[in-house]
Formats: sequence, C-alpha cells, structure tokens
Amino acid sequence: MRNIFLFIRIYFNFIFFLFLMGLSFYMLFSYNRYHHTVYSAAANEVTGKISKQFNNVEYYFQLKKTNDSLVKANEILYNKLKQDFEMPDTVNKIAIDTIKIDSLQQQRKYLYMQAKVVMNSVTQPNNYIELHRGALQGIHPDMGVIDANNAVIGTVMGVSDNYSVVMSLLHEQSNLSARLKKSGETGTVIWDGKNPEILLLKDIPKTVKISSGDTVITSGFSDRFPSGLLVGYVKDIINDKTMSTYIVRIKAAANFQNLQYSYIISNVQKDEPQQLLKKVKGK
Amino acid sequence: MSSLVKNIIRFCLFILVQVFVLNQIPPLHQLVTPYIYFLFILWLPFKMGRRTQMLLGFALGFALDCFTKTYGLHAASCVLIAYLRPFLINLLISQEGTESNYNEPSIKSMGFTPYFTYLTILTFIHHTFLFFLQAMQTGGYFYFILKSVFSTAISLMLILLIELLFARKQRFRTNTV
Repeated sequence: MRNIFLFIRIYFNFIFFLFLMGLSFYMLFSYNRYHHTVYSAAANEVTGKISKQFNNVEYYFQLKKTNDSLVKANEILYNKLKQDFEMPDTVNKIAIDTIKIDSLQQQRKYLYMQAKVVMNSVTQPNNYIELHRGALQGIHPDMGVIDANNAVIGTVMGVSDNYSVVMSLLHEQSNLSARLKKSGETGTVIWDGKNPEILLLKDIPKTVKISSGDTVITSGFSDRFPSGLLVGYVKDIINDKTMSTYIVRIKAAANFQNLQYSYIISNVQKDEPQQLLKKVKGK
Repeated sequence: MSSLVKNIIRFCLFILVQVFVLNQIPPLHQLVTPYIYFLFILWLPFKMGRRTQMLLGFALGFALDCFTKTYGLHAASCVLIAYLRPFLINLLISQEGTESNYNEPSIKSMGFTPYFTYLTILTFIHHTFLFFLQAMQTGGYFYFILKSVFSTAISLMLILLIELLFARKQRFRTNTV
C-alpha cells in the first residue's frame, strides 16, 4: 500500500498529464453532431456574444459586398413577380388565385427565417458558422441554412437560447444530397478538407455526360432543403478507374469567406413522413 | 504589473488574436494554418508548478476550442506542450541561475539560440500533434506531414515578428531568491 502511494506521489505529474490528455481525448472523440454535451450550449452563448461584438466591427467593412448580394437576390425576386409577365393571347386572363396559401396550414412546407452570421471560418478542416438566432427564436437542430443568394451553406447542428451553430458544407462530416440540373443524376456533396472553394460530388454514374459549368442543385430528397437550391457549378471530373462512379469537383456557389446574412429553412411538414417511415419500419 | 495580471491579459489577448485575426484571414495556401496562441504557454514563468502549467494549457486550449467548436483538439496539444516544456527548459538553459535571475523564457534570459530551439521544438510538436489529431478523423497522412512542416514555418515567422515588435522587459533580479 505504501508503495502505491509512493508511486503515485513520484509520478503525480505524469498521471495528471495523462488525466488531462484523457479528458481532451474524451471530449474530442465523443463529440459528434448527435452527441450534444452540456458544455457546448453554455459555451455557445458566451462565444456567440463575443463574436457578435467582433462582427459589429467586421460587418461594417463588408457592407458593400453584402449590399451587392442583397440587390442581386432582390433582382431575382422582382423577376418572378406576376406583373412582369404579359400574356400575348387576349383570351387568356390572369386568374389570381384566391386561396391564401398561408391560411391553410398544411400547404406551407418550408418557412424561411433570416439570421445574422456572427462567426464563420473556412481555414479549419471542420468549419462551423455561428448564427444569432437560437432555440428561443424557433431554431432546432437539423434545419437547412442558405445564404442570401439561395445557395446552400450548411445544416444547423446545435442550438443554445439565442445562438445556433451550423455545420458548414466545409466540414468533413457534411453530407448533402444533390443532383445535376441538366441530367437529373443524384449524388452526395462532401468536402475533402482542403480548398474552401471546391466541393466534391460523388456517386455520379459514369454513363452521365457532364460538362464543366453545369449547375448542381439540391435534390429535395432530404427533409432539410427544398429541391432546386444552388449548390455549385461543375469544375472538372476526377475519373478514378477503380471506381464505377465519377467524383465531380464543383465550385461552391456560396461565397463562404463573405457570409453576413443567412436564411434558416424550417420544414413545417417534417414530422409526418418521419412518423410514416417509423410506422412502416416497425411492421 | 504583477505576473498574474500580466498573464491574464495575455491569455485573453492571445485567444482573441487567434480567433478573430489568424482564423479569419483568408487562407494563404491550403497547407498553411498559422497558430500563435500557444505562445502564452511558452511565456509562462520558469517557476510555475508543472501541474499549474498543464491546467493553464488545458484552459487555454479549451477556450480556443469553444470558439472553433472542436472540443478537446487544441486542449490536447496545449496540455502536451505544457507537459514537455519543463524538460526542454532544463535541457536548454545554459547559464547557471537563469531560472532565478529571470522571470520567464525570452531571448534575453536564455540566449538567442537556446530560446529559438525551444520555440521551434515546441511549435513543431504542437502543430504536428494538432494536425495528427485532425488527420485521425479525416485521413490523408502525407498531407498532414506537409501541413505541419509548412504551418510550423509560418507560425515561427509570426512568433519571431512578435518577439521583435513587442519586446518584453526582463528585469535582472539579483539576490531575490
């Protein structure tokens, strides 16, 4: 017994080192997107507040770029207005639909909520975006996030009271179902952790004809994003002879280095298909 | 200014600079991710207990982890260099009594070559361990070796610039032991 105490006393520094190392490793390897630990919610509130202060300054320097992107988004919306279209045929009248979509709850599927980006990184292998909008403002984990120009930027991973943390597309575990706009082939968008402007689209069959510049959009298969949101543009193809599918390098549509505003997409009809799936699987 | 106040200010400053300056600048190259926050550990006083050093290292790493949302990643690397630091200091100190004459490691207290060796070794260990842990989750081992070498070089350059720009006043304390 005495020897044990002696041993502990002599090697106490080393044991303490091992203890701290073990604690770090535990945090590192147990923390994934479905494992929300107690400290992360508290830490988000604190770091969110500090980041907000910093963003107040940084935002000022990006006003011009932010304004440009908002004007561009506005332009797209203006061009969709009904009054911009004139029917050449006089027999046809524009019949304005009298059913108000909002009054019938079941008809709305996606609800967009704006959120200010307070913190963002592109240099790490796993990047996160912090938004100033949290559980009190109706944000839940697993909601999709897009930027001001309708390009996908990530998925909400954790929320605290007033802030939420988004797993950016620039994350090793990021996984987004997307399709080629022209041919309609679906694949998965991942990131290899290297260049923040290049994403990878894998599982595209080799029979598909792809040319550079093709648009890649969300497939609509996941319940986070409606179909047809921008993901990126095809840059080139990695043709691996050992695999039966292509890996396509795509240029991200969102400018991750300059994010100031984002929209969080809430799927109002999310529960029903999930319950159905659970019921079918239970049989 | 007392050593405690000075170190508290340093802690906050290094974390803020790392998070809001170095992590925000557009990447120079995909192989270069500069870090300087761990200089806080390298600048701790000679006389501090080893357990305190490790605890401070853990706190520093964890504070950065809270910002980057990689809980445990920087904490592990900081604990490692805080643990190795006293061994290196014992090896590299040349003059008798430097530990009692000066407060903390610097060019003046240790001499340029030993101090630079101390910086290089600990920076390299920190970066290698950090990128190794990242590579364990993601793969790409050749990439990780290149990344640690290049990032160490750029970080060292930044650290030397800091040493030159913000010269720390080191009092020579005689018979104060």
